[in-house]
Amino acid sequence: MKALKFVIPLILLVVLVVLLARGLKLDPREVPSPLIGKPAPAFALTRLDDASRTIRRDDLLGRVWVLNVWASWCAACRDEHPLLLDFAKRARVPILGLNYKDQRADGQAWLARFGDPYTASMWDGDGRVGIDFGVYGVPETFVIDKTGTVRFKHIGALTPDVMATRIEPLLKQLDV
Amino acid sequence: MSETRRILTRLALMLALAAPAALPARDAPPAADDPATETRMTRIAAELRCLVCQNQTIADSNAPLAVDLRQQVREMIRRGDSDRQIVDYMTARYGDFVLYRPPFKGSTALLWFGPAALLAGGLAVLVVVLRRRNRLGADRFEPDEDVDEEPTT
Repeated sequence: MKALKFVIPLILLVVLVVLLARGLKLDPREVPSPLIGKPAPAFALTRLDDASRTIRRDDLLGRVWVLNVWASWCAACRDEHPLLLDFAKRARVPILGLNYKDQRADGQAWLARFGDPYTASMWDGDGRVGIDFGVYGVPETFVIDKTGTVRFKHIGALTPDVMATRIEPLLKQLDV
Repeated sequence: MSETRRILTRLALMLALAAPAALPARDAPPAADDPATETRMTRIAAELRCLVCQNQTIADSNAPLAVDLRQQVREMIRRGDSDRQIVDYMTARYGDFVLYRPPFKGSTALLWFGPAALLAGGLAVLVVVLRRRNRLGADRFEPDEDVDEEPTT
């Protein structure tokens, strides 16, 4: 009985410390996307490099594809860019860029300067499609499967770790 | 009295001077044409969290995304959508996290009941301790210091 009086607060303390330690490690900016497991929002956008050609969500049905949201004004996009360029060399899936709230000329100049990993980039000047995808911090990266369902979302710059442990295995699993 | 009034006057003056500075210098808020729409938009936006600057509402924030979302709310109001539809539109894209008043469901039960449960637990412990003490004899406590007593030297 005496020992219990000592052990119970100790257990409570340990539980509290574990919870707080866990809380410290969570990133409050990583908001789980409600889109995971849901159909990707429909869109019809013109290509960044050609305003006369339109890309629609349904054009991509039947294929697994990666959507990367970027902008010329986004510094973190520059950080992840080498990774995307490298991924594009190896990837067996289309990588679509969503040029978010950018000027066409700026976006094109940025790709010319840093290299273009995208199968195609779509121009979302007013950010409307970005809102539909729940974009709030560029860059963001989505993986969409053959049925047009969003399977994965990464917020912020891609890292080699995210590519190796999340995206590549998922693409393998989706059978591409 | 007059001191208070002077401070208040100064405060009001300071606020009046600070207000224009707080507004964005460029691009005036678009479409304030219809005050009713604007009021309703502000009321809805005040319930929504801005994801860029997480401790501000969409009504308060000047982040580009918040400006866009306010515009979106305006358009939906003009289109005749209900408040419910507008809030659903936001949660479909950004999740329950955008709601400053999260809905009540299984995953949020702890959030809603946690503080009350902690309070009840604390009160229960307090009651148990007090009762136990009440049963103890007076000789188990240190005698109260009596201030009226002559100091013993």
